[in-house]
Amino acid sequence: MLQIKDVYASVEEKDILKGISLSVNAGEVHAIMGPNGAGKSTLASIIAGKEEFELTKGHITIDGEDITELDAEERAHKGVFLSFQYPIEIPGVSVTNFIKTAINENRKAKGLKDMPASEMLKKIKEKADLLEIDRKFLSRSLNVGFSGGEKKRNEIFQMAMLEPKLAILDETDSGLDIDALKVVANGVNKLKNKDNAVIVITHYQRLLDYIVPDFVHVIMDGKIVKSGTKQLAYELEEKGYDWIKEELV
Amino acid sequence: MSLKEKLQSSYLAFEDHLQADSPLHDVRNKAMKSFETKGFPSKKEEAWKYTSLNALLNKEYSIFPKNDTAIEFKDVKKYFLNDIDTYKVVFIDGVYSSFLSQITHDVIDVCLMSSALNKSKYSSIIETYFNKAANSDSLTCLNTAFAKEGAYIRIAKHKEAQKPIEIINFATGTEAATMLQPRNLIIVEENAHVQIIERHQSLNNNEVLTNSVTEIFLEKRANVDYYKIQNDTQNASLIDSTFIQQQRESICSVHTFSFGGKLTRNNLSFKQLGEHCDSILNGVTMIEDKQHVDHNTLVHHIAENCESHQDYKGVFDDRSTGVFNGKVYVEKQAQKLDAFQKNNNILISNKATINAKPQLEIFADDVKCSHGCTIGQLDQDALFYLRSRGIANKEARALLMYAFANTVLESVKIPELKERINKLIANKIGVNLGFDL
Repeated sequence: MLQIKDVYASVEEKDILKGISLSVNAGEVHAIMGPNGAGKSTLASIIAGKEEFELTKGHITIDGEDITELDAEERAHKGVFLSFQYPIEIPGVSVTNFIKTAINENRKAKGLKDMPASEMLKKIKEKADLLEIDRKFLSRSLNVGFSGGEKKRNEIFQMAMLEPKLAILDETDSGLDIDALKVVANGVNKLKNKDNAVIVITHYQRLLDYIVPDFVHVIMDGKIVKSGTKQLAYELEEKGYDWIKEELV
Repeated sequence: MSLKEKLQSSYLAFEDHLQADSPLHDVRNKAMKSFETKGFPSKKEEAWKYTSLNALLNKEYSIFPKNDTAIEFKDVKKYFLNDIDTYKVVFIDGVYSSFLSQITHDVIDVCLMSSALNKSKYSSIIETYFNKAANSDSLTCLNTAFAKEGAYIRIAKHKEAQKPIEIINFATGTEAATMLQPRNLIIVEENAHVQIIERHQSLNNNEVLTNSVTEIFLEKRANVDYYKIQNDTQNASLIDSTFIQQQRESICSVHTFSFGGKLTRNNLSFKQLGEHCDSILNGVTMIEDKQHVDHNTLVHHIAENCESHQDYKGVFDDRSTGVFNGKVYVEKQAQKLDAFQKNNNILISNKATINAKPQLEIFADDVKCSHGCTIGQLDQDALFYLRSRGIANKEARALLMYAFANTVLESVKIPELKERINKLIANKIGVNLGFDL
């Protein structure tokens, strides 16, 4: 589904990604781990199409179609979803109005009419229940005054509503207590099926107990230096990243 | 002949029709003299530093425009609030249109300034109120000298206007350039309530210069919500001066929505004379091309335990220019006061300009006064967040602009008006998001 071929990327002239290749098939969960500053969030941003990040070399394709020249919204229309590490506060726009606009904008891009209000309401209710989100929460301004956990839960709620082909969860576990983590992970697992894929970016193995990856990749200094199964995450948890560095030498 | 000279000779002609011995005549003469001495304001004056009238003053205005243009209701229907019933005081080129209006004398007075100025039964009211809240700046004086028509509204003690009142001034533009000087007087007695919507609307692209003055008096516990919709055509300019006097426990809110017109200057002045007054000044400005909107506000706190809240939002595109000059003046005896002023601006284009100048002059020592002023651009991170959810760039920008203006919009108390303003904004941005924020 997702092919990343030898991608180099920089921000403000600083090289961050230095030749990343990754292949993600439908039905798979991939975890990306690595120390701070290794390029994990940059990888997420470059797939989602953030303009400050410049792709200097390589290609990213979704289902064989090159998306490297597409705008962020066009990538979203192709089924890319990024759960933000730091979701943005937008005063004056309620969660409900935001998600309605997003859904209908995606439908518009596909040549569909707006989702009927009753269907929208039903869907919102169903997905809010899945993530144990209070109805009152939905009428609040987007992310404004939300706790860390509420923000992340709201991200996954948006994912549930938009039903992306490829979801990238950027440090979704940070700021979550164990109960919230379980709710969020449970939501992701219920949304998971054979036709979509998930990339989980995390520092800690903890989240991977709940969202179980098929593959684990380690990024260091802008490159994937090691790939393996879930077992690799346990090793990293236990031993840190230094032993990989040593291996590389 | 300069515009000033033309106004001087027009005044002499106008004076011939006035009752020579009425006290009002003295008021007019005095005002005219004051205008003659001061002349039109120039950029040398601090209050006009960023707004130049020069380009407007060299037009050949008709001071007393011909009034023979018939307007059909269907052609102007869109300027009224049609979803709800309202009182309507409508003027065409400065002359009352009974055909388009719906006025009343039943319990409340929603009628004409010309009646109030000329009929003897109103003479004591005119003596008590007319020109008593207005200040003596040159344009207000000019209006006072020429005042002959406008809305006269009086809500008696403990009464409530059952529906909103629309004051609409149409300019037909039958002449190449028209100058209009409407004058409104609004008296809201003890514990009385009223909602008023004011609009100035040109019906073509000819030059119009409106110099409007409104005086509003709130007695004890009176409540006024005043909405100004400024969405005029590209050659219409407006200088609006509104003077408000509040007695104790009264609440007055003024919302100013500035979307259109060539040059708009809003002089909005509040004087709090009694304790526990609340003054609310809200504004949304969204302009483009070479439009210019200047908000010049003054809240004069004289009594104790009062509040004032100002929230002005501005979005400036292309080469448009904005001015926010907000002054809060707290007298020594006006203790235990809560005054808040906020002015946030977004510059969409790098050729747009905003000059913001908050001023607090505080002579009391036990007060809470704060102000905040920001000038920035649309938040790029927020924009990416919205776009990453599939919302196209144009719609995402529109959503952020709506959201930005929403703190002001949500305080509009007439739902149909709020919806109307939402639509005006949607038209303005060229995007309909399909929901009301």
